Amino acid sequence: MSSRLMALWDWFDARMPSAAEEFRKHASEYYAPKNFNFWYFFGALSILVLAIQIVSGIFLTMNYKPDAGLAFGSVEYIMRDVPGGWIIRYIHSTGASAFFIVVYLHMFRGLLYGSYHRPRELVWIFGVLIYLTLMAEAFFGYLLPWGQMSYWGAQVIVNLFGTIPFIGPDLSLWIRGDYVVSDATLNRFFALHVIAIPLVLLGLVAAHILALHDVGSNNPDGVDIKKHKDKNGHPLDGIPFHPYYTVKDFAGAVVFLFVFCFVLFFVPEMGGYFLEYNNFIPADPLKTPPHIAPVWYFTPYYSILRAVPPLFNSQFPGVMAMGIATLILFFLPWLDRSPVKSIRYRGSLYKTALAIFVVTFLILGYLGTEPVTVWGQFGPWLANADRATVVARVLTVLYFLFFFLMPWYTARDKTLPVPDRVTM
Amino acid sequence: MSEKKIDNTRRNLVIAAAGASAVAGVGVAVPFAWSWAPSERAKAAGAPVEADISDIAPGEMKIFEWRGKPVWILRRTKAMLEGLKKVDEKLSDPNSKDSVQPDFAKNEDRSLKPDVLVLVGICTHLGCSPQEKPADDKGEMGSDWQGGFLCPCHGSKFDLAGRVYKGSPAPINLEVPPYTYLSDSTILIGEDKKGA
Repeated sequence: MSSRLMALWDWFDARMPSAAEEFRKHASEYYAPKNFNFWYFFGALSILVLAIQIVSGIFLTMNYKPDAGLAFGSVEYIMRDVPGGWIIRYIHSTGASAFFIVVYLHMFRGLLYGSYHRPRELVWIFGVLIYLTLMAEAFFGYLLPWGQMSYWGAQVIVNLFGTIPFIGPDLSLWIRGDYVVSDATLNRFFALHVIAIPLVLLGLVAAHILALHDVGSNNPDGVDIKKHKDKNGHPLDGIPFHPYYTVKDFAGAVVFLFVFCFVLFFVPEMGGYFLEYNNFIPADPLKTPPHIAPVWYFTPYYSILRAVPPLFNSQFPGVMAMGIATLILFFLPWLDRSPVKSIRYRGSLYKTALAIFVVTFLILGYLGTEPVTVWGQFGPWLANADRATVVARVLTVLYFLFFFLMPWYTARDKTLPVPDRVTM
Repeated sequence: MSEKKIDNTRRNLVIAAAGASAVAGVGVAVPFAWSWAPSERAKAAGAPVEADISDIAPGEMKIFEWRGKPVWILRRTKAMLEGLKKVDEKLSDPNSKDSVQPDFAKNEDRSLKPDVLVLVGICTHLGCSPQEKPADDKGEMGSDWQGGFLCPCHGSKFDLAGRVYKGSPAPINLEVPPYTYLSDSTILIGEDKKGA
């Protein structure tokens, strides 16, 4: 029997040797540093969540109706009447938040260990493109249930484009295909969410991984493992991705799925953070819900948008600040002038800056989920300004300072000597 | 095929062909981009609507739909109209110089008849629909609040003529749509018949 299977494999291999070749190149003979730690789970987990989203998404389209009159009802139909529909829908909605959680941790890993440094600039750039595409995917998908938050969230985001000088109003009209968010908008967002953006996403993920495998993975020490090779030409500090890291990532996936399933079965709405309560009310173009906020993964940028006051009777500066806050990530490899990659060998300046940045990002994220009146107002000495707005303005400045001052503080930082080999 | 010599005639032909293909590619993209513009059906749905205001009591507001947007009609009381004067200095555009309204509404109360306020209920910031906050909401809105509107999305504040408070993210006052009285109790929203 097994010799027959071997014969079958030989038959296949003779006709398509590249299958085995690619497997060797990207798995069984791809040497990754042996000192990967906890933070290195999240790349593989992102792929896992992507697969979960694609499969659950395909099954949702089988009962979903992209029609302003039917969409809300069809989602409720999936939740109540389709056998297993509720769990498929919750898998998809929980998966959306899980995607951003693992991607944010994956990006934070990059900041910790300087994974964007030369020669991995392209890996980082593809990664930022994936992040932006993921935001677009999440935004288009959020309109589909056609609830109040879907509707008004889309209204706000599309109007962001309306603030661009000169072409803005026509541009937002073109994006909506109507004077307000309507059936036309829903239909095109559906097409983008289920076909266009996922294709782009898959292409970018492939580019991200290919670019990574060309230059090799970074590691928590930020040392180049290719400097020391054995007589076969394999890095002394490297181990083959398969089976070592496939097994390790598999263990990580099991733990991740425990947490994922706990959320799925016990708190799928996560207290209104993963699925907002107002989105269980059908879209009403005449009435904005009393408190509107985007889903948690957009809220840091939403806070920045809200914090910037209008200039010259235009809201465009706030929109630009929000845009720059995301696009500035592209320039990280060139803003960081530090001679060392990993936080282990950086000085106190970068450590402090990164700590402030993380706290800033989290508080901005929290404020974005709350109304501006959440902390009340200052007294007349500050013109009765909303406390939350003032805090958000200070934090917005800190957010940008992390990037704008980076060339200065990373160059000045007192770094430690980097070891020659990985330290485990 | 020599590797050193480049045949410029052939090279130019390749460049010209690539250029022509790029132009053709842009041409092909046009109908696809064009398909995103509002359809004829969407454009036709933008006609004016009639609003019956006879049942709106003083101090009450009714919402009508015009072009898919909420249009508010508020019958203002004397106290509400007097409140407008008290807030002038807190507004960024009290005289509606930079705001969008028909010429007849470029006055302090921003209306044709002072007691009837007609506004597009869409925040000029990013298009949410603000909520009415009556003058009694002083606890939330501050002790000198004279009544007005608060946008739930980004906290823009407006007075009872739709004029925006200083420090709000909204850049201009709420829009007044073109409208005209067909009779004392009927307003036509969407058309501004001058002298008719």
